[in-house]
Amino acid sequence: MAVDTSSQSMAKAAGDVARGRSRGTGKPETKLKRSLSTHWYAWAMVAPVTVVIAVIIGYPLFRGVYLSLTDANERNVARSIGVNEIPATYEFVGLDNYTEALTGDQFLGTLGWTLVWTVACVSVTFVMGLGLANMLNRRIAGRSFYRMLLILPWAVPGFVSVFAWRFLYNQDNGLLNKILAGGGIDAVPWLNDPTWAKFSVIAVNVWLGVPFMMVALLGGLQSIPGELYEAAEMDGASAWQRFRNITLPGLRSVSTTVILLSTIWTFNMFPVIFLLTRGGPGEATQILVTQAYKFAFEISPRDFAQSSTWGVLILVLLMLFAAVYRRVLRKQGEVW
Amino acid sequence: MRRGIAAIALVSALAVSATACGGDDSGDTGNKSSGELSGTVTWWDTSTVGSEDKVFKKIAEDFTKKHPKVTVKYVNVPFGEAQNKFKNAAQSGSGAPDVIRSEVAWTPEFADLGYLAPLDGTAALKDEDDFLKQAAASTKYNGKTYAAPQVIDSMGIFYNKKIFKEAGVEVPKTIDELKTVSAAIKDKTGKTGLYLRGDDAYWFLSFLYGEGGDLVDAKNKSITVDNEAGVKAMKVVKDLVTSGAAKTDATDGWNNMQTAFKEGKVAMMINGPWAVADTYAGPEFTDKANLGVAPVPAGSAGQGAPQGGHNLAVYAGSKNLDASYAFTEYMTSAETQAQVAKELNLLPTRTSVYSQPGVASNEIVNFFRPVVDKAVERPWIPETGSLFAPLVTEYTKVLTGQTTPEKGAKAAGDAYRKLLKDWK
Repeated sequence: MAVDTSSQSMAKAAGDVARGRSRGTGKPETKLKRSLSTHWYAWAMVAPVTVVIAVIIGYPLFRGVYLSLTDANERNVARSIGVNEIPATYEFVGLDNYTEALTGDQFLGTLGWTLVWTVACVSVTFVMGLGLANMLNRRIAGRSFYRMLLILPWAVPGFVSVFAWRFLYNQDNGLLNKILAGGGIDAVPWLNDPTWAKFSVIAVNVWLGVPFMMVALLGGLQSIPGELYEAAEMDGASAWQRFRNITLPGLRSVSTTVILLSTIWTFNMFPVIFLLTRGGPGEATQILVTQAYKFAFEISPRDFAQSSTWGVLILVLLMLFAAVYRRVLRKQGEVW
Repeated sequence: MRRGIAAIALVSALAVSATACGGDDSGDTGNKSSGELSGTVTWWDTSTVGSEDKVFKKIAEDFTKKHPKVTVKYVNVPFGEAQNKFKNAAQSGSGAPDVIRSEVAWTPEFADLGYLAPLDGTAALKDEDDFLKQAAASTKYNGKTYAAPQVIDSMGIFYNKKIFKEAGVEVPKTIDELKTVSAAIKDKTGKTGLYLRGDDAYWFLSFLYGEGGDLVDAKNKSITVDNEAGVKAMKVVKDLVTSGAAKTDATDGWNNMQTAFKEGKVAMMINGPWAVADTYAGPEFTDKANLGVAPVPAGSAGQGAPQGGHNLAVYAGSKNLDASYAFTEYMTSAETQAQVAKELNLLPTRTSVYSQPGVASNEIVNFFRPVVDKAVERPWIPETGSLFAPLVTEYTKVLTGQTTPEKGAKAAGDAYRKLLKDWK
């Protein structure tokens, strides 16, 4: 199957090129002129957007890739201090940064934890979101109140809730340990022990992520026609069977999209880790983005080259993931 | 179409924030041609919020009394963020202050990066001979003076006299005594002996010096943090925590330490003069006499505490250099230092201030002065400010049991070797 699809798309692509060429060989100038004269309005409308995207996405991206191929750091980049202009003196070093990152154990170690973090967060968030969405899809008293309550974490700015959690987690003065102490349980080193810290950051991210999952899945649930359930009930399907054979397939298109989005967001979830533990204790909760930030802004001299190398690697990883994910879905007959 | 709207929204948002940034600049250009200073001086202070900052803000704004046309803009930047924040602003050339309170180890680094204006021959330095030699050392880089020393400090053991009396113990002089004292305190009062900051490697230094170690040996260009003494020091702090003599945290160390000590939950902490004003605000120390200060406990090789302090430096890109120089001179003058010493118990950097009435009788200043004299000086090389980041990672890892003292010290040493190329 996979071979088929790729060869088909290749053939299609080749056809495109051939067609393009055959057209192009005719009279390229007149064609351009004609397209300009008929579509000038469209081009004019698109131009600002193209320029803006090129400036705010294209330029930083290009610059990041370029920096990752140099040895740029704080001491050799261009600086302008008042009237003094210090020119850049960094050099092109080719792929050295990439070999260093991929052969050293720091990148791979951090990647390992980043994957654990992503998988744990996304799966727990998804399961909880699905459960809550199902509960709230029923007719229960105070449904809209519950819905509002569950969306609340989403409405609070992320850094505010993360700071609140940080206070809750405080080992000596935090509310969580005070409650535990009331039950006669010893204080838990929420953010001071490496294993507990990992658990704590995942818990906060789940707490933050559930509302999005729930709302998205609730929307999906409401688009499943009620007749299907009625018919299934008539046929004597149990609740589990209805969930398994109607709800889950009905949610497919929504859930695949939210899982993809959630994975990308969680993989790069900077604020939770940074504001809660700063990657600590030690480096226990450091994910790829926070480590890349650390290279660029926290260590000195700031290592811009290594930071952008990690940034490019993150981009490549996520692009690979998206491509594979898409391919798997397409194999299963999903049009996406 | 929807994308277009989003893009337009983004552009307008960018434009708005760009103008907002632009408004932040201290645009007023100082004018000295008329002989009178004018314009705005923005000062980034890093003193402790809630206690020290009020005094410094008032003193800074009093500058206007001497120079009515100058406006002083006081900004308190948390100490932990100031180094990075200043670098960001200084590098991009916008939003940087005119004057920054630069920690002693940051000064050579900022100077090396070209962010600081040399002060030799300017109004910023007055009576240079009056400055303590140790304090002035960190302001020099490559033969030029880049800052004026504002305060000097070192570390000691702060202890709660009431708890000590209750437990019937004396102030520990060595680390072994510290452990027995802590055990006795736990026995008699149920409280923890020592709070040891686990999220800042500065608090590790007195243990490292106590074992005869050091971060680096600048004379011989060698890395010493991972030698025998360094490993031993890591073992000492690890043992303090695992034996229960000390408690620690991997995050929020400063707040947790101050809260625990101020509320009498721990009997001792290692700290410096900068913590005194905040400590006096705690419920345990409404009677100031309850706070005792003693030298840091000695390790197997002797007793040693780091010498620290703060300088005032002028940003090279300041649009108002003349007023900034004058402000720096004012903030480090004998008069101002005496006021700071009296109100905040911070140690002056001028010899003449120590004999002034009110300073000469200040208990904290009197205690710390000989400590500062004996304190271990770090090498004032640009990299000194970079040595803590790799060390704190390993230090926290050792304290939380993620690595052994041997491996932790070695990893810190390896990071130093990457930083200081060609060093042994």
